[in-house]
Amino acid sequence: MDIGVLLVYGILGLTVIVSAIGLIVSRNALYSALFLVVNFIAVGLLYLALGAPFIAFAQVTVYAGSIMVLFIFVIMLLGAENLPLTEPLRGQRALGILLVLIFLAEIVLYYLLRTTPLQAIPIIPQTFASPAEIGMILFNRYLLPFEVTAFILLAATVGAILLSKHEGPTRPKPGIQKPETPVEG
Amino acid sequence: MITAAQFWEWVIKSLIIILVLTGGFAYVTLYERKVLARIQARVGPNRAGPFGLLQPVADGIKLIFKEELTPAGADKLLFTLAPVITVIPALVVTAVIPWGESITLFGKTYTLYLTDVNVAILYIMAVTSISVYGIALAGWSSNNKYATLGGLRATAQMISYELALGLSFVGPILLTGSMSMLEIVRAQQGLWFVFLQPAGFVLFLAASLAEVNRAPFDMPEAEQELTAGYHAEYSGMKFALFFMAEYIKMIAVSMIGATLFLGGYLSPLAMLSNLPVIGWVFASGPHWLFLKVALWLFFMIWVRATLPRIRYDRLMQLGWKIMFPLGLVNVIVTAAVVVFAGG
Repeated sequence: MDIGVLLVYGILGLTVIVSAIGLIVSRNALYSALFLVVNFIAVGLLYLALGAPFIAFAQVTVYAGSIMVLFIFVIMLLGAENLPLTEPLRGQRALGILLVLIFLAEIVLYYLLRTTPLQAIPIIPQTFASPAEIGMILFNRYLLPFEVTAFILLAATVGAILLSKHEGPTRPKPGIQKPETPVEG
Repeated sequence: MITAAQFWEWVIKSLIIILVLTGGFAYVTLYERKVLARIQARVGPNRAGPFGLLQPVADGIKLIFKEELTPAGADKLLFTLAPVITVIPALVVTAVIPWGESITLFGKTYTLYLTDVNVAILYIMAVTSISVYGIALAGWSSNNKYATLGGLRATAQMISYELALGLSFVGPILLTGSMSMLEIVRAQQGLWFVFLQPAGFVLFLAASLAEVNRAPFDMPEAEQELTAGYHAEYSGMKFALFFMAEYIKMIAVSMIGATLFLGGYLSPLAMLSNLPVIGWVFASGPHWLFLKVALWLFFMIWVRATLPRIRYDRLMQLGWKIMFPLGLVNVIVTAAVVVFAGG
């Protein structure tokens, strides 16, 4: 393999892993969110390196650029930077470590017990990930899931608006209630 | 496989883009001060060099020698990183803008664009959406209430106007059938998109002013309410970086707007390009893009000198209740026309 290619993937992979660990370890919510942003961007760059520019830029725009901005907005607005040192739900950490061990064991077992030899992924044509191609697939083969997702998102938006809507005027309208005039005695 | 010659071509082109943008930043500040002065019946800077042409140099030297303060209780790491995070997206966003077709130097033909990707518009969207972080973090890390409020306002404003901005991009994409900037410019050979997409053009104009936090949408740094907004605690070179980012973003949105709607590097007088001696002036090329950008910048400065700042709640209403629906209608109408007229 070319040394340059190896270097690019090495640096990107390392960034992804380090930022993911930083996200978990950091005790400041804002730093955690920023680590997640770095993670999203690095994963987006990996997509780009693998020849999927549409997915890469969509990932950066939607996840790193919009969703995480809202996260940071909320953290800054509420002043909720400092995370509690104790776990709100007990036993999470032990369960997490257990699941990681199972996952690692699974990978090792798959590698050892596989029946077919490992082979390189067949090279896909250059136009596979072009915006036009993705549009065709999305609106032909996956039309139903696409529309269902759109409806779910619409329902969520309407729900959010309804929840945040004021229920009628809480204060009396000016002009209806006249200020009391002191009675002269 | 990338050859060494190709690699160095990229490096040199990138360097030229960065140098033009930073040099442009210096002179756009002078341009703005001169134009503002003229509009207000003043003379403007005229002491440093002929016509005040060395004023940016003097400003730069002043800022380099200024003391840099870091407030007590500030988050040191983010306070230092925030100006850098703000400048980098501004510097890289114009990488996909074509400056012209090609040029022949020393018997070798070079293309006048860094790269022609088929997702250029998505690249611009991605980079502009990242540029919010610098401002938000600058406000938060200063440990100052005014700065934090400025940062929060900037975040809310930029998210709101990104939608309208993104929707205004869709018109040219639909008319061209491609997201490549080069294709979009070539599709405007006959007629500029500003005539086919007037609503999209107006949307882009307003949303881009909000996106770069310029008047009348300069809410994040509203001096009267927030002292100086997110950069209240910054001084010296760190402040200069914010200043630089703002002006480079102005240049960048002018370049993007000129490319999407005003025909980019195309010349409106191309039929005169066969004239002897002065023919090159009328031929398409980077100088036409430069002229369009200069006019667009003049318009931005003019707006700043003329319009008062919009109130914050009105700004959000304008973004969500007027510009966003207008953008959606524009997209639907354009798509219908393109489909039924067989564009």
